[in-house]
Amino acid sequence: MPVNESFVGRTYPPTATYTVGREKIREFAAAVGATDPLHVDVEAARRAGYADVIAPPTFAVLISQLCDAQFVTDPEAGVDFSRVVHGEQSFDHQRPLVAGDEIVGVLTIESVRGAGGHTMVALRSDLHAVDTAGAPGALVCSTRSMLVIRGED
Amino acid sequence: MTTTLQVGTALEPRTIGPITQTDIVRFAGAGGDFNPLHHDPEFAARAGFTAPIAMGQMQAGILAAALTDRVGVEHLRALEVRFVAPVEIGDVLTVTGTVTEVGDGVATLALAMTKADAATVVTGTASVGVPVTP
Repeated sequence: MPVNESFVGRTYPPTATYTVGREKIREFAAAVGATDPLHVDVEAARRAGYADVIAPPTFAVLISQLCDAQFVTDPEAGVDFSRVVHGEQSFDHQRPLVAGDEIVGVLTIESVRGAGGHTMVALRSDLHAVDTAGAPGALVCSTRSMLVIRGED
Repeated sequence: MTTTLQVGTALEPRTIGPITQTDIVRFAGAGGDFNPLHHDPEFAARAGFTAPIAMGQMQAGILAAALTDRVGVEHLRALEVRFVAPVEIGDVLTVTGTVTEVGDGVATLALAMTKADAATVVTGTASVGVPVTP
């Protein structure tokens, strides 16, 4: 069954825990040209009130794309990955991601609609800090992706 | 850093590039996106491109950095980007931004990334907590 409105509201199980790494933050910051010292300098980050260096805002895609993959590889959705184009992306941060954070992502399909032979799918990934019981705890960031699945040419 | 954001405040434009295959590969590793469209010329040709293109998340990250390096990354609340056109190897990109609204302790900015020929590749909106004077 291809992607259709029956997917709207569907929520997938939490991802495996993603540990935010200090060097990964530094690597990501360098790759996007972000020069704020809070990305690289642990002491500066601590003076600013954080436990460790903080990630650039779009670092969250490292986790949200693990969520999106659950949908794209869902056999029931039948998505042809070679026809997927990324239309929009948003990030709503409750706080920055910090090195040492243990995060799980929970994917929800927000909407599915057809437009001109294409299918537009809105995905929301809620990124939660893992609580002491290992379950999704406080919300850190919500990301939204609009995927456009191109119709047959 | 002391930054005052008022309606009409413009970010200093940031220019990046020309974008190289190495820039794209570096982001592929940093961002975990190994879609061959971004590094395999034959794959890109089959998809209708003359060469590998950059991933939207790379543009989003560059756009975000141009903003957060100015206002302080810890103040960013929300960012929304729309991918308008692909970025190709050799493109020179310029990020601009202007404050459009200030209220309730939050400044809203309109952001754009354009190529040297002024064609827009990404547009965006950001919400930043103010005042941003740590």
